Order: sequence, then C-alpha cells, then structure tokens
Amino acid sequence: MTTTATPEPGKKINRIGLEMAPYRGGKTTLCAGCGHNAISERIIDAFFEMGVDPRGVIKLSGIGCSSKSPAYFLGSAHGFNTVHGRMPSVGTGAVLANRKLIAIGVSGDGDTGAIGIGQFVHLMRRNVPLIYIIEDNGCYGLTKGQFSPTADIGSTTKGGTPNELQPIDTCSLAIDLGASFVARSFSGDKKQLLSILKAALSHRGTCMIDVLSPCVTFNDHQGSTKSYAYVKEHEEALGEINFVPYFDDISIDYEPGTTTEVKLHDGSRLYLKKVSEDYNPTDKHAALRLLQETDKRGEFATGILYVAPGKQDLVDLLNIVDEPLATLSLSRVRPPKSALDEFMEAHR
Amino acid sequence: MSVMSSSPRGADQATPARVVNDLSIQVATVNGSGSQTANLVLLRSIFQMGVPVSGKNMFPSNIAGLPTWYTIRANHKGYVGRKKEVDFLVAMNPETAREDVLTLAPGSAVLYDEPLKLNTLRDDVVFYPVPFDKLVAEVCKDAKLRRLVKNMIYDGVLSKLLNVDLGQMEHALRKQMGKKLKAIELNLAALEAGAAYTAEHLTKQDPYWIEPMEKTRGMILVEGNEAAAFGCMMAGVTVCAWYPITPSSSLPETLIQLLKKYRHDSDGKATYAIIQAEDEIASIGMVVGAGWAGARAMTSTSGPGISLMAEFAGLAYYAEVPGVVFDIQRVGPSTGLPTRTAQGDILSTALLSHGDTKQIMLIPASVEECYAMAMDAFDLAERFQCLVFVMSDLDLAMNTWMSQTFQYPERPIDRGKVLDAETLARIGEWGRYKDIDRDGIPYRTIPGSDMPAYFTRGSGHNEKGQYSERPDDYVNNMDRLRRKFDTARQHVPGPEIVHENGAEIGIIGYGTSHWAIEESREQLEGEFGIRTGYLRLRAYPFTPELDEFIDRYQRIYVVEQNRDAQMLGLMRLDCTPGRVARLRSVLHYSGLPIDARSVTDSIEEQEGLKRPHHADALVAR
Repeated sequence: MTTTATPEPGKKINRIGLEMAPYRGGKTTLCAGCGHNAISERIIDAFFEMGVDPRGVIKLSGIGCSSKSPAYFLGSAHGFNTVHGRMPSVGTGAVLANRKLIAIGVSGDGDTGAIGIGQFVHLMRRNVPLIYIIEDNGCYGLTKGQFSPTADIGSTTKGGTPNELQPIDTCSLAIDLGASFVARSFSGDKKQLLSILKAALSHRGTCMIDVLSPCVTFNDHQGSTKSYAYVKEHEEALGEINFVPYFDDISIDYEPGTTTEVKLHDGSRLYLKKVSEDYNPTDKHAALRLLQETDKRGEFATGILYVAPGKQDLVDLLNIVDEPLATLSLSRVRPPKSALDEFMEAHR
Repeated sequence: MSVMSSSPRGADQATPARVVNDLSIQVATVNGSGSQTANLVLLRSIFQMGVPVSGKNMFPSNIAGLPTWYTIRANHKGYVGRKKEVDFLVAMNPETAREDVLTLAPGSAVLYDEPLKLNTLRDDVVFYPVPFDKLVAEVCKDAKLRRLVKNMIYDGVLSKLLNVDLGQMEHALRKQMGKKLKAIELNLAALEAGAAYTAEHLTKQDPYWIEPMEKTRGMILVEGNEAAAFGCMMAGVTVCAWYPITPSSSLPETLIQLLKKYRHDSDGKATYAIIQAEDEIASIGMVVGAGWAGARAMTSTSGPGISLMAEFAGLAYYAEVPGVVFDIQRVGPSTGLPTRTAQGDILSTALLSHGDTKQIMLIPASVEECYAMAMDAFDLAERFQCLVFVMSDLDLAMNTWMSQTFQYPERPIDRGKVLDAETLARIGEWGRYKDIDRDGIPYRTIPGSDMPAYFTRGSGHNEKGQYSERPDDYVNNMDRLRRKFDTARQHVPGPEIVHENGAEIGIIGYGTSHWAIEESREQLEGEFGIRTGYLRLRAYPFTPELDEFIDRYQRIYVVEQNRDAQMLGLMRLDCTPGRVARLRSVLHYSGLPIDARSVTDSIEEQEGLKRPHHADALVAR
C-alpha cells in the first residue's frame, strides 16, 4: 500500500507519518471553477492535517454532481456511490457494521432536500456518527439546471423562470431533528470550511454541514441567490472559528465574554468568537432563532451553528460491542446448542 | 383408519361410521375476542395426543371487530395442508354464522352459541347449541373478564364431543399461559363448565373422534417466522434493518427477543444491531451498507416492501453486495387482502430491479426449511456477493406447523471470497471485479481492513472497479455476472424429487403448495388410479434436475398460488421450447392456502379424467 511507504526526505508528512498522496483522489470531472472541487480540497486538507488514516475512512454519496466528488478525494479509502437520495441508509448500515469506521457522506441539495429528504430526516434523528456534507447550489446540475428544494423564492433559473416555492433550510431542519453538530459554510471560504471540517472530525454523532457551493454552469447568474456574487455579499460569518485539535496542547488567548469555548468528543476544543451577546452554539433555540432572523434579511449565517458535544450517537445507543460487528468470530455470533435445545423445548 | 360412506348423513339418521383422527374444525369468531388461546389449546391438546395437526388463522386486516376463522386440521396420515371442507364448525360470530352454516357439506357438525338459533337453517347437519353467556357467567364473576374466557367453553364442549382428553387440555393451557395463575384458574373453570354441560345436555350425533396415536412424538409446534428468526440468529446475523409489515413483522420481532436473550456479552454489550427503519427503502439501504462493510445483514418484508427495494436490489446486484431479504409473500398491494396468503412475488423478485438482473431465491416449504434456509441464505449471499431472497409466505410464516426438532448447524459459516494477504500474494494483481477463479465470483475487500480499497458503483465499472462507460467493459462484466449466476446453480438447495416409474404425469410445486400436492397425489391415485412424479423446487436459479424431470413425463403440472403462473413464466425463460410445451398450470389465488381437492379437481379437469363408477368406495378418508 502506498499509505505505508516511507516518505521521501523533504516531503510534507502528517502526524501519522503519511504524505499528502493517499489523501488525494482521482482527477475531477466536474466543471472548472465548480465550488464542489474547492470542498474536496478542504476535505483532503482536513483529513491530512488531523492525521486520519484513510484506510479507516468510508466515503459515501448519493447521485448528482456533488455525489461524484468522493472519487476526487481520499483515493485510498473505500468509497460507495449509492443511489439517489439514499446514502444515509447505506452510511447507517456501514457504521453499524463497523463502528470504528470514520464515515463521510457527500450529498447535494436535490439529493438531500428532494428525493432524499426522508432518509436525511431519519439520519439526523438517529444521530448516526457520520459527517454529512451538502454541496448546496440550489439546482440540479447533472440534469441541466432544474430547481432544487433549497432554491430561494424569487431566485431564477438560467432561462429566467422564478422559483415560487418555499426553500427547505437544511440547517434548521437538522438542528430541530437532533443532529449534534450543524454548520453552514461557503465553498469559497477556505479557512472557515477547513476549521469546520476539522472540528467535525473531532465530534461523534451526525455532523451536518451545508456548504453553499455555486454552480458555475447553471446557477451563477444575476437572479440566483446561490451565485458567487450573491453569497459573498450576503454571508454573515459567526465570527472567527479557532479549532484546537486534541493533539495540539496549546492554549489560545481570548477575551472572556467575547468567545465561547466548546469541548468536543475527542478532547479537541473550539473557540467561537461571539457575533452577538446572546449567541451560544450549544443553545438549540438560539441557533434556530439566528437562522430565522438571517433568513428574513436574505442573508446566510455561516460557521458552527449548533453543537451538542455530549449527545449519545446511534452506535452507543444500541450498546454495540467495541469491536466491529463485521469481523466478530463465529463463536461470538452463533449461540451454543443449548440455545437450540431451549427453543425446541419451548415449542414442544 | 376407518372408511365411511360419503353419502349425505342427516342429523335424523343413525350415527354413521366413526371417522377417527380425520377432521377439520373451523372456529368462527370476531377479531380481537381473545379466541386465540382457546384455539391454540385445542390444537396443542390434539398434538399432545399424538395426532398430526395444523392450525391456520384466516384473519382480517383489523385490530378488533371483523370476522376471523381459525381452522384446525387433524389427520392421521399427516396431511396438514388446508382441507377445503369444514367438518366441524364452531359458530361464535353472529355476523357470519348463517353463511358459515349454509356452506357446510351435509353431515357436518355445528357447535353454536344458543341464542343464534342456527338449528333452524337446515336439517342435514348436526347441531349442538351451547348457552355460552350463561355458562361463563357462572364461572367468571367479573363481567369484564368474561369475554376473555368465554371461548374456553367451546374447548370444554369439544373435549367431550370429540373425546379429547381434558387433562391434555389443561396441560396445553398451562403451557400456553405460563405463570398467569389467575388466568389459568379462570380458563380451567370455563373448560370444565363446557365439558360438564356437554355431558349433561348434549348427545353425540356426529361421526368425528380423536383417539391417541404416536405420530407426533418428539415433534414441535412452531410458526415459520419464529423458525426463520432462530435460523437467522444461528447464521450469525449482525445487522438487521426492518420496517413493520404483515405478515413479516413477527420475524424481526422474534429475532429481537432471541438476540436479547442469546447475543449479549457478559458486560451487556450486543453482538448485533437491529434497527426499525423509516421504510423498506431505508431497510434495504442499511442492509446494503452493512453487507458492503462486512456484516451479515438482513431484512424481512412482504410484497409492497419488495417493490420499494427494487432500485437498491439492482445496485446490490451490480455492485455485488451481500445481504439476505425475507419476503413473506401475501396478496397484492395496499388495502384489500394483506392478511391473506399468496405466492405472488416469484417473478418480480427473480428479476427484481431495472437492467438485466437475476436474483437468487430460496423457497422454504416447511418451518424446518425456514430455519435451515435462513442459514443457507447468509452463506450464499456472502459466497455470491449478492442479495438472497427467502420466499416464504403468510401461510407458512404465521400459521402453526408441526416439525421434527431442528438440527444444530454442523458446518461453520461461509464468509465467501474476502481478499486476504495470502490470497493477494497468490494472485498477484487484484481487481475488485476480476474473475480470478473463472467461476464468475470476484474477491472483495472490506472497508477498515488493511487490504486495498476500491470505489463502489453501479453498472459502470471495469474489472479493476474503476469508472468506465466502455462497451467492452460493460459486456465483460455482464457476462461475468451471468457466469456467477450459473455457478450458483451448483450451490443452491436442489429440488426434492419423487419419481414414479411409468407415470405420464409429473407435478412441480414449491413452497407451501407442497402440502396440498402431497395429499392430491394420493387422491389422484386413490380416486383415479393415476400415479404421478413430483418435483419440489427449493431455489432459483433452477438446477439441472428440473430439465431431467420435465424430460421424464408427458405432461407436467406446475402448481402455484398465483394467477399468472409466475414460476412457469420463469421456466419459460430458462427451458427449451420443447420442454415448455409440456408444462401446464394448476393455479390457486383466492387468498386462502391451497388445498389438495382444488389441485386434484384441476388436474382431473385438464386431463379429462373420468371418475371410476365405484368412486365412492374408493374414497379413503
């Protein structure tokens, strides 16, 4: 395996001794300038910098432009391009089979908000340990520009047809349903997206990250509220995110009262600069209120919107053994003959 | 045993010849009236007396208030399929009583609730009126509990009329109710009240008797879904995702109970995950995800669920992901007859999904096969890296069947071709979809292991698992998938065959139709002097024995519980036109389990058989 090769001198290696190569994927086949490619780059950076072994990672997706992207990062991890809108169930099955896997799923706004809304809802509700990224451009790219359920009212297609239906806010939905880590970012905001992804890797439970990712071919025009220009102008970042991984034993200076500290599952820490006095990312109601208020103003609040670090995930809820179920030996999974005898006796 | 005349027997005639250990009892009640305990006690007490017996519940899609019928068949020869005729009616439901009585054959017996006054309806059946409300009031002071113990009175009456040992009934009742002492006491009192009333007020006029035999020794009584659940546990299932649907739910629900009991480590942690999904699409999605990640994964559903699973079934076929799907078949979609049985998903499941797909199906006919095939299914799924469908049905899954005790599995589980370091060294270069062993089965790697990773997709991949839309890659992969399916022919359970030298007629059946076919073959021989060969299919793909069987007989009747001759349709795809030309159909699709008489009648008609003049004498009851 390339992942265990000794690095050449002078090459950048990460904390588990790996070069960047095993974190890279195949060559993208998406349009030049597509926001999705920038997201793939950030995923590569985050996994490399956090020193996650790609052999313990699974990449999942549904169908659509976004769902092609797992082929473009972490080439040495197993990947599964599933069916349209149903990646959550496949991811759920996989993490139940092997609780040690780190699962990252990439979906789109159609794959999530339309055909996949049912499975999305239940993934959030179950708090399945999985990073779920929506590459959100408000339209269907692969089928040439139809509206998706995240398109804003009044937003137009390339041909000028306006959307008249209420959009689905995936972040509000995720918070409301029980996801324990919910964030929104912009594919063009390298620093923020990287911090969010690294924090997500330190969290256990469902991490729902909605990344606004303009479609350069079908939805980057005047009239679109998911164009580069519109998003840049209307993004309201929730201040700066400072993420300190558990393996970096450093403290950062911050003025008490202006920053919130959140301790994550693995001991990592998040320092979130407050945008306003009453915002607390561990307060569900505050998060939902913020999303509603910014939406009213036609703005996108970005950053880590909500986090519940201690919430039990599905694997723990089911009280599954520590080893992967997938590799339990026969003696662990086949009860002895006495069990059969008991069953027979009960039916005599 | 005894032979009787089949001429009408009026109630006014002298008691006819004794009919021993050969009758069907039908209890007509209202859904939710608590009759199940009384029915199971009656069934079990006959079983304890050593007489072969089966119990079938014909129930509505309803919680309470609609008519329901429970049929108990006792047969000294061991025929336990549904009997078309009702010999003994217990009429407890005012709504259906009239029609139930009017459809009886002359000479049958009716035990009824006295106020229904059924005895005025006809004079060629035997009537036994019993004042249930009066009797129950005497033994049960609490008016609220009367409804629950009232039914036990008919067990008491029948114990006297049929000569079922009251001690056996008490034993069965105690087994049924476990530690509920107060309930046992009340029910026992009702049982005895029924028996005492009968001794004092009723005179035996019908010919039916139960006498002890030795034919059930060492056997068990169990439902197919319970047996299947136990088989799944012994197969080492680790992930199960399911969605409630009749008649499937009792399989995962039994599995939950079993896993809770037998599959927790000493520290309380579970060696399994079972999850109630949001729908059948999610169920199969979880199975595909878990199977892909190396678990022994399963789901259980019925026809509507199978339809929803179609897309994932295609993905699993092309991406080559193992998983087990139980299809407990029932009648058609939505409301209508969801609680009635059918073999209606054969064709759609064999070809489930879009594109060119062929799925492996195992078809159990008995509770023992529900148990054994559950284990076969997991092994075949991992061996062939595909979904394996176990095609049970409502009759098998939810009704009570006798069985020999199950065997503890001797062979270890088969995890199939999972790449390891040793194999990798042997084969040199690995490709996910490369046919290294020329049997169509590639080697897979499991996420999280130290073997090479690959990217899993649907149909568009080359043998290395890389994305490809090249025509030659697609054809190459499709041909290998066909080769893999052909290899499966040598591994699926083969048919059970009974050859009859010199016979012209062969019968092919599968699943629960077996029980009717077995009995019909005897009817054909006894009533028409016609001997038949018999082949019972146990799996799809078909094995070479099918062609050999067809070649041996002039006319072959394929017996199925569906309208469109679905299995025959599959044979049409696989067999030569010459063989197909010899196939005929016997079809039964009323929602009730198929019965021997219907099979015999259909073959009689298609063969243009003439009943011998002395037919009556030949009827061996």
